[in-house]
Amino acid sequence: MRGLARAAVAAALWLALAAGPALAVQPDEVLDDPALEARARALSAELRCLVCQNQSIDDSNAELARDLRVLVRERLVAGDTDAEVIDYVVARYGEFVLLKPPFSARNALLWASPALLLLAGGGYAFINMRRRARRRSPALSPEEEARLEAILNERD
Amino acid sequence: MSVEIGHFALVLAFALSLVQSTVPLVGARLGSSALMRVGEPSTIMGFLMTGIAFAALTAAYMQSDFSVENVWQNSHSAKPMLFKITGTWGNHEGSMLLWVLILTLFGSLVAVFGRNLPATLRANVLAVQGMVGAAFLLFILATSNPFARLVPAPIEGRDLNPILQDVGLAVHPPLLYLGYVGFSVCFAFAVAALIEGRVDAAWARWVRPWTLAAWVFLTGGIAMGSYWAYYELGWGGFWFWDPVENASFMPWLAGTALLHSAIVMERRSALKIWTILLALVAFSLSLLGTFLVRSGVLTSVHAFATDPTRGVFILAILVLFVGGSFALFAARSGALTAGGVFHPISREGALVLNNLFLTTATATVFVGTLYPLFIEALSGDKISVGAPFFNLTFVPLMVPLLMAVPFGPLLAWKRGDLWAVSQRLFVAFGGALAAMIVALLFVDRAAALAALGIGLGVWLILGALTDLALRSGLPKARLRVAVSRLVGLPRSAFGTALAHAGVGVMVIGVTAVTTMQGERIVAMKPGETAEIAGYVLRFDGLTPYTGPNYLEDRGIFAVTAPDGRPLGEVMSAKRVYPARQMPTTEAGIMTLGFSQLYVSLGDPRDDGAIVVRIWWKPLVTLIWYGAVVMMVGGTVSLLDRRLRVGAPARRKARTGAAQPEAGR
Repeated sequence: MRGLARAAVAAALWLALAAGPALAVQPDEVLDDPALEARARALSAELRCLVCQNQSIDDSNAELARDLRVLVRERLVAGDTDAEVIDYVVARYGEFVLLKPPFSARNALLWASPALLLLAGGGYAFINMRRRARRRSPALSPEEEARLEAILNERD
Repeated sequence: MSVEIGHFALVLAFALSLVQSTVPLVGARLGSSALMRVGEPSTIMGFLMTGIAFAALTAAYMQSDFSVENVWQNSHSAKPMLFKITGTWGNHEGSMLLWVLILTLFGSLVAVFGRNLPATLRANVLAVQGMVGAAFLLFILATSNPFARLVPAPIEGRDLNPILQDVGLAVHPPLLYLGYVGFSVCFAFAVAALIEGRVDAAWARWVRPWTLAAWVFLTGGIAMGSYWAYYELGWGGFWFWDPVENASFMPWLAGTALLHSAIVMERRSALKIWTILLALVAFSLSLLGTFLVRSGVLTSVHAFATDPTRGVFILAILVLFVGGSFALFAARSGALTAGGVFHPISREGALVLNNLFLTTATATVFVGTLYPLFIEALSGDKISVGAPFFNLTFVPLMVPLLMAVPFGPLLAWKRGDLWAVSQRLFVAFGGALAAMIVALLFVDRAAALAALGIGLGVWLILGALTDLALRSGLPKARLRVAVSRLVGLPRSAFGTALAHAGVGVMVIGVTAVTTMQGERIVAMKPGETAEIAGYVLRFDGLTPYTGPNYLEDRGIFAVTAPDGRPLGEVMSAKRVYPARQMPTTEAGIMTLGFSQLYVSLGDPRDDGAIVVRIWWKPLVTLIWYGAVVMMVGGTVSLLDRRLRVGAPARRKARTGAAQPEAGR
């Protein structure tokens, strides 16, 4: 209930001040419990301001971003876990609101690509090196081996 | 009148670029030196014509000639002269003109300074440059004409977006384009090499200075953009992983890999395929960046679909050049003979590892930036890929790479001794460890993560110094001998050390500001104080001020140091530009050592107080100083005797001369 009252006050204040640029997080939004506020800030950084270009609601001064910030704090005050808050927001605004896409089948390619590329590239380089080494070795006589070794060790 | 002259000059530049892109190419094919020699004058004349066009547009901006639609839309008679001039490229049409101007400038530089290049290579390089120029000149003439007139001419202009009315606009886009477009020279060299089917160490020696120059400019452009966003947008972020930023970051990552790859190719004739491929990729990513930024596709696939003329045109250019060059690569790369052999543990091996990580990082940024478009095109759903994704994927890729950096320059070519190198890095490692312990013990709020980041930065700096020390013969040689050897080291050795140390400096800045920054959000009345990180700020009230084309409320804050010493005032303002009815916040910044206090004004409240947001940004300036050190490193390297213009020709004359860096 306290959260609702706070939101109502916040909304009234907002209407009173609607003109002009605002800063992102307003002093009246800040929760009294520092731990809860820290969680709210962390969550806000992962939620997209829907009317901005690539801004989180924590950075944005748009009205809609403020509504979402207040909403996140309301849910936290009501006792939601971080995951529950995220689920609540996604249920209302869709996956678009998440700046960090969820680990889902659809996003598998996105999340896996760095590791896959590194492994594929590393594997290719390794196999290439092995193949070049193998292709060379049977053709070499012991003397040639020794000479190759000498060349490899030679400092240029 | 001058506007029409500019338009006409632009058409002439297009015609010249057609000559430039065909005649030398045919000449190289037929072995006709007369045809090949057409390349230089057509390139230089093309540059002059584009210059005239650009000057005509700039003149229209300076005179506030609102009969030109482009000027009317983006300028205002009350704007300060500097912003009238920079406004020339603060819009789509003008910025494309600047893009082409820089492209033709680079072409002319090749024409003027490339006299020692083999005739066919020079002809082919100029022809490829001409093709890129022709495509973009046609794009401007067909879809983005900056010289269109308005009848009747309006009395007053609509003003430039206030965020762009800043010195940043004078520096950031030109630097960025010098970098972006500088890679076109590497691209042209790579395509020319593929056309000829021949790549050798001499080729790499010609390509390296261009790569270095482009890389230095791009580093500066990105860093400048980062600082501009930091102070202008009003919440003190330095990097947002915004698609537009990513568009400039991808060519930088690929260009960094190219730079390293070209060293191996020049010194050891190895990594030919890597080098050619990276030269193609770096400029392809520059083109992709241009497409992403200029087509509006980033806002949404649908926004792109509503006005597709420009986007489709650039997409066609992109497909033509990327597709064409990669097809050529696929057809000809088999002919590239493998160069010198090397053991996996060697400097070549270390540089392969470097390429692997940097290209993976490039690909990660690429996938992250384009994935939302891909999903939207496929299913119509909109998803976001923002900073949290990039931080989670990019940082883990960079940390192992940066940890490996100090080993690279210490490893011998062909076959290195990892254990011996580790022993030599013992001091650097100890220093990094000590820095971590100091950070943990003595710095407030420093978490384990912060200590690790600072340790990594110190490791990079000390590793770079170790390299220089070992090269001058320390610790065995006597100090005097060592100093004289240090002075005699090739400039590229200093360049490497400076660039690597610059990365370390940047890592420390990024780590400090992300893990230890402090923030206060307070409502303040005049006379009230707020405290952050020991500093006390007293709000001394708001005073109105009238600028040339804006009105602002200036908030003055008196700052006191933790020991009670007064440090002076910091001013933060809220501005309104009447022409566009657009408000901006002008952050107040006080630099204290390498750290900054950052003050941003919010809304006034009914009780006479004003909302103020104050940040303590510890060591934040190191981020940009690090970039400056990297740029200095690149520039010093560029001045190396080996890379000077004409050096390749002289070197050929005395083959067998000892390489300056040999025998380490």
